[in-house]
Amino acid sequence: MMPLLEVSGITKRFGGLLAVSDVGFTVGEREILGLIGPNGAGKTTLFNLVNGVIKPDKGTVKFCGQDITSHPPNEVVHLGLARTHQIVKPLHGMSVLENVIVGACFGRDYLHLRPARKVAMEVLERVNLADHSDKAASSLTIAGKKRLEVARALAANPKLLLLDEVLAGLNPTEIEYMIGIVRGIRDSGISVFMIEHVMQAIMSLSDRLVVLSFGQKLAEGTPLEVARDPQVIEAYLGDPDIATKLKEKN
Amino acid sequence: MSGIFASMIDGLLIGAVYGLAAMGLSLIWGVMDVINLTHGATIALGMFGMYILFSAFPVNAYLLLIPIIAAGLLLGLLIYWISVHWVIDRPQLASLLSTFAVNMMIIGIGTAIWSTSPYNVNFTLPGITVGAYTFTGNHMAAASAAVIIALALELFLYRTRMGKAIRAVADNREAAELMGVSSTMVLALAFAIGISLAASSGALVSTLFPFTILSGASYQMKSFVVTVLAGLGRPFGALVAGVLLGLLEGAVTPFIAVSWIPLIEFGLFVVVLVLFPRGIFGRATA
Amino acid sequence: MILRHPVLYIILAFAAIMVWLPLHGNNVSLREDLILVAIAVILASNLNLMIGYTGYVNFGHIVFYGLGGYIGLYLAAEKGWNLVLAALLAGVGVSLFALVLGLGILRLRGAYFALATIGILVAVQSFVANFDPWGRSTGLYVSFDAYEKLGGARHALWVTYFLVIAVMALSMILSLGIKMSKFGLGLFAIREDEGAAVVLGVNTTVYKAIIYSVSAFLPAVAGALMFYKNGMIDPSIAFEFMLSLEGIVMLMLGGKGTVIGAALGGGLYEKLRSYLLTSPKLSNFHLVIAGGLLLVVVLFAPGGLIGWLYKAVPRSRKVLE
Repeated sequence: MMPLLEVSGITKRFGGLLAVSDVGFTVGEREILGLIGPNGAGKTTLFNLVNGVIKPDKGTVKFCGQDITSHPPNEVVHLGLARTHQIVKPLHGMSVLENVIVGACFGRDYLHLRPARKVAMEVLERVNLADHSDKAASSLTIAGKKRLEVARALAANPKLLLLDEVLAGLNPTEIEYMIGIVRGIRDSGISVFMIEHVMQAIMSLSDRLVVLSFGQKLAEGTPLEVARDPQVIEAYLGDPDIATKLKEKN
Repeated sequence: MSGIFASMIDGLLIGAVYGLAAMGLSLIWGVMDVINLTHGATIALGMFGMYILFSAFPVNAYLLLIPIIAAGLLLGLLIYWISVHWVIDRPQLASLLSTFAVNMMIIGIGTAIWSTSPYNVNFTLPGITVGAYTFTGNHMAAASAAVIIALALELFLYRTRMGKAIRAVADNREAAELMGVSSTMVLALAFAIGISLAASSGALVSTLFPFTILSGASYQMKSFVVTVLAGLGRPFGALVAGVLLGLLEGAVTPFIAVSWIPLIEFGLFVVVLVLFPRGIFGRATA
Repeated sequence: MILRHPVLYIILAFAAIMVWLPLHGNNVSLREDLILVAIAVILASNLNLMIGYTGYVNFGHIVFYGLGGYIGLYLAAEKGWNLVLAALLAGVGVSLFALVLGLGILRLRGAYFALATIGILVAVQSFVANFDPWGRSTGLYVSFDAYEKLGGARHALWVTYFLVIAVMALSMILSLGIKMSKFGLGLFAIREDEGAAVVLGVNTTVYKAIIYSVSAFLPAVAGALMFYKNGMIDPSIAFEFMLSLEGIVMLMLGGKGTVIGAALGGGLYEKLRSYLLTSPKLSNFHLVIAGGLLLVVVLFAPGGLIGWLYKAVPRSRKVLE
């Protein structure tokens, strides 16, 4: 089966800093691929390279077999690749509903206003924001804004969703809820590629993991495999018993 | 060819004053990401300030620069409090419009007081003649004053505590606040210094050319060109870029009618912005 | 969908009143008053498309009006074209010019863009002042007998008045239509967060260029009509920077981003302006008062009059765009 996303040899330099160096991996259908690594490893830069916000110096990005390297983000959305941001970017002056309608109008299906509105309401139900639909986006709590960010991306009807630290800043209850949303997304047929620091969550959510450190891919595999990898433990995890602890939890 | 040489020397000297003006704009821009559209009007106020002081106290005009610098600081604090303080946390559009509104008001009041007739500061320093060229005394004094003020600013920013506080706030306001820096005071001071620099440059220009209340506008444009050439960062960069602009003007004016100069500068502004987002010397324009 | 919106009927009623008032009673001085109001509304409404909808401040907006005036007057007076045709062509020509220009300067970030628009105004004025076919700094005149084509000078003044009112209504309807469309939604997204808009799929480059071009069309048409009616044009009256600034004040005063606000601000400010200019004491303070008004609005009521109304009467949000 053809992978949904195929990244190979991606390299990006900013002046003297080699931010991302020869990184390659794939994301398949109906899977959650996690991206972990210490701060400054280049994870968000990698996201930016994948969805076209910045151009790589070398390497290719293929989505559903099509080469999308250096395609601008607005084109990439139309092919089915949507993305959320680490620091959420709600459209402040617009209502929650309007925010999601934008996602639906300019997403993969490029809907007209009226059908977009319907889709938007459905998506808001899914993330439990329907009650806030007429409120200004700026009035939401941080957890609400994170859900809005996800809803907006979902409204674009993507095949692959890039989530950048969607759990950051949430309390344990909110994290549980968001984990449920992410699983639900995968179960509905949409693949997820997500950056996360909340170890518990990413380890239990991901089908597979990629570990990035100083711009290079350190390891790739199942959460258990990665947790046992000595290089990963040294660079990031610190605790060699995480693998065993995970096993016990599950 | 001697005409162009003399013209370029003049340009170099005036360029130092352009650099001074630009420093005012660039400091405010770099520290608080505010595009100060009162810049031109405050330059004009500096011109008239010098005129008023010189009419009352006919001493060496360049000595009168000192009260102008002080008055500029006070004016800067006033403008900060009226139009910038309240909108500092809002998107840039707000401060753009609020400073623009104050600009309109200053020009309006200035026109009411002084109309649009040209004024002059009749003070001339003796020049220095080297061979066939005479370097005008005023040009040299103005350039020297500009360089001295620029050096003073560099010293202030890099050798004093307050200066460091300003640079800290420019880098990362939240972090600076967390370290105990009172950002409002720092912002107000930085803004005041910026206005003072603008007023000083206007005062210096008034000793070189006749001026009207509307003269500030062209210097504002020049300041923008210099700022994008230099990028935001060390004042020294603005000074050098200003001198470059002055040289360019000096090289070009013998051949082209003066009315084309603003056009060329605007073109340069756009071209540099599009091609060099980071400027030639400094970090990226905010 | 737009046909069901109450504001459409408010617009049509407003236009109808503007037509009827001076016509009934053949009140020529009222007509001259009202045509200025109409022009103010046209300028503010189209400026709204850039500032209010897209979040890009155009300081040099008046350049479209002036250029339209030149093209229109040149074609209609010098070349003897039909006035309506000349005005339409002026609109098209200036829009194309704006499109080309926009593709260049719209890549500049918000504040730089604003500065660049001033430069363009200055550049165009400079160019026209040196352009021979358009009379250089003396400008162009309409000879009296050119008006015979419209049935004589007196009749021509009425005809141009009705045409300007039509352009005013069109400006407002255009604003309303865009606001309620998907295109408008994309513009609002750009205004709120351009980076997010791109990631959400909005083709920001194209959208900005289109709206910049569209915002030039009707002011250019209006300019053609106005300067033809006035009988003369020269670089200083065609490209008056002050008028550009006043457009911004009008829009902020009335409420940027709203259709009614642009019209309200335009109308009110125009009244204030004519009062100031004729008052012996205050005429010097025209600029000060305009600036002061802008400052007060920006600091304390950034949503303008309509913004204030939305807060005071929340239901009005649904009815008044």
